[in-house]
Amino acid sequence: MADISLHAVTKRFGDNEVLHPLDVAIGDGEFVVMVGPSGCGKSTLLRIIAGLEEATTGEVRIGGRRVNEVEPKDRNIAMVFQNYALYPHMSVRDNMAYGLKIRKLPSAEIDARVERAAGILELGPYLARKPRELSGGQRQRVAMGRAIVREPAAFLFDEPLSNLDAKLRVQMRLEIQKLHRSLGTTSVFVTHDQVEAMTLADRMLVMNAGTVEQVGAPLTVYDDPASTFVAGFIGSPAMNLVPGRRVGDGVEVGSGLEFPLPEALRSTARAAVTVGVRPEHLVVSSAGSVAGPALAFRVDSVESLGADSLLHGSAAGASFVVRVDGHQAPQPGASLTLSPKPGRVYFFDTPSGRRLAG
Amino acid sequence: MEKRVVFRSSWLPYLLVAPQIAITVVFFFWPAFQAVFYSFFLQDAFGTQSQFVGLANFAELFRSESYLNSIRVTAVFSTLVTVMGLAVALALAVAADGILRGALAYKTLLIWPYAVASAVAGVLFAFLFAPSVGIISYVLRGMGVDWNWVLRGEQAMLLVVIATVWKQISYNFLFFLAGLQAIPRSLIEAAAIDGAGPVRRFWTIVFPLLSPTTFFLLVVNIVHAFFDTFGVIDATTQGGPAGATQILVYKVYYDGVKAADLGGSSAQSVVLMAIVIALTVVQFRYIERRVQY
Ligand SMILES: Nc1ncnc2c1ncn2[C@@H]1O[C@H](COP(=O)(O)OP(=O)(O)O)[C@@H](O)[C@H]1O
Ligand SMILES: [Mg+2]
Repeated sequence: MADISLHAVTKRFGDNEVLHPLDVAIGDGEFVVMVGPSGCGKSTLLRIIAGLEEATTGEVRIGGRRVNEVEPKDRNIAMVFQNYALYPHMSVRDNMAYGLKIRKLPSAEIDARVERAAGILELGPYLARKPRELSGGQRQRVAMGRAIVREPAAFLFDEPLSNLDAKLRVQMRLEIQKLHRSLGTTSVFVTHDQVEAMTLADRMLVMNAGTVEQVGAPLTVYDDPASTFVAGFIGSPAMNLVPGRRVGDGVEVGSGLEFPLPEALRSTARAAVTVGVRPEHLVVSSAGSVAGPALAFRVDSVESLGADSLLHGSAAGASFVVRVDGHQAPQPGASLTLSPKPGRVYFFDTPSGRRLAG
Repeated sequence: MEKRVVFRSSWLPYLLVAPQIAITVVFFFWPAFQAVFYSFFLQDAFGTQSQFVGLANFAELFRSESYLNSIRVTAVFSTLVTVMGLAVALALAVAADGILRGALAYKTLLIWPYAVASAVAGVLFAFLFAPSVGIISYVLRGMGVDWNWVLRGEQAMLLVVIATVWKQISYNFLFFLAGLQAIPRSLIEAAAIDGAGPVRRFWTIVFPLLSPTTFFLLVVNIVHAFFDTFGVIDATTQGGPAGATQILVYKVYYDGVKAADLGGSSAQSVVLMAIVIALTVVQFRYIERRVQY
């Protein structure tokens, strides 16, 4: 087991800098999820840790040792690929044993490790099969098994669940969680799916266009997004982000809807401020009883998800999405009064997208 | 949905395939039939009289020291051509797969030899290696090698093998390169992380995954060495010296045309036909199923 750290790492492909100077520290035994939209450089970062790509500048350390010049095979890490990368001409058993044979472990030890991993992953009956004779979920398990038997210092996962159907994905998510609890191996998990990030991470690292936007525990990031990008990316459905104007001690959005600025932010807020409220933080109230801002909301359409319903509509000319109980959804065309939960309105500097801080 | 084209008139489809059928009949079935026919007859030296002899021509063939020698020569020749052709082409394809810059120029250069006719390749190498004037012979002599393939059988064999391999490499190279590029990069990366160095990755991952390509090329190259190398031999050694490069195909021509032994030559053709049919069956049987992995 080991900690992993990146210091001022950049990556350039030709003239295209896909990773801007990055500093990342991953603790021993921690499960860190790197999450961000496609093309933001997650895989590249993971491959730099694995040694499959070279960092253009900066330093990578695993277990305190500088590994920039170390071959992938000598970094003592295991990686699970999105397409699983199983060796198609080898049986499940041989796929798992491959790395151990190369490391010249005694064959009794190899068998023991393979059997143990097969037991954990319920692959016992399939050890003699070839990968093409397995279902997607089983292949995924073999890929995990190949990583586990190595007993490496760290696991690297590159979107390992994105080729599975929705149900299997949930199941594998739970299994990965369980596995990490029992093995406690340092893990770096890359995904574009914020639900995976929220559910798996001890800490998550939200990436955007080659930079790290925010690092933190999932709930911290959800509660305190550092930028409009993070606010919009983490949480589903996404946070309502409405551009507004500074007026006196508040921010006006649409035509005359005013959100009062907390005292601490009044000195930092400039002319253009974006107001953010999560759909689940807008509550339906009766007119007149509202202390803070009251939104006169008109429902345009209703999406029923079962437990919840999403109301799409507008207040004072600005669009909002609101989440309500599935059985208490109004009809399209209805008018409601909404108020944000106290302390759940976020203010961002519009030009930079950064959260306003007191 | 009916995927086949349906013709309304009954004779049009036959008319459309008639040229192909005619060509096959005139240039393949008729000579093949004739070869089988003549293989049962003995002709006199002037070609005026012929006499039915049953299987005597075949019996004669397998007693003849020169025919048995030709079988040995063919075995050596086709083994060398196939093994060298595949090995060199695979090495070049692995190199080409690895490089990014200048890859196109490199590939184009390697593909050119395929556009050269066998006989031209033969003449080219005959000149390069000509004992008295060839530039390579000059270099070899400079290095103290007694180079004279006109007199030395093993050198003559080496020459025809090199000329054939040179021409065949392009074809093998293209297939190997395509095969290599079809192997997902992540497999190689997974093996690298699993601890395999480049050599082990090649032998445990790349080479097994290339086996369908390798098997296909193996059959194609054997067939080529057996049947398509007349031009190279004729342009260089003409089977000599003393039959050292007289492969079966060349002997058919030599005995039939030069020595006017029509019956013996026909019997040899029939044997060759049996071999090519056997190879084709092997190819279809295994290529259809692919090599299993
Ligand atoms: N080998 C490469 N050559 C050139 N550009 C690349 C290469 N690999 C990735 N990129 C570019 O780097 C950026 C980040 O890619 P990647 O790390 O795969 O993103 P992600 O995994 O977040 O979807 C993309 O714009 C991609 O086009
Ligand atoms: Mg990726």
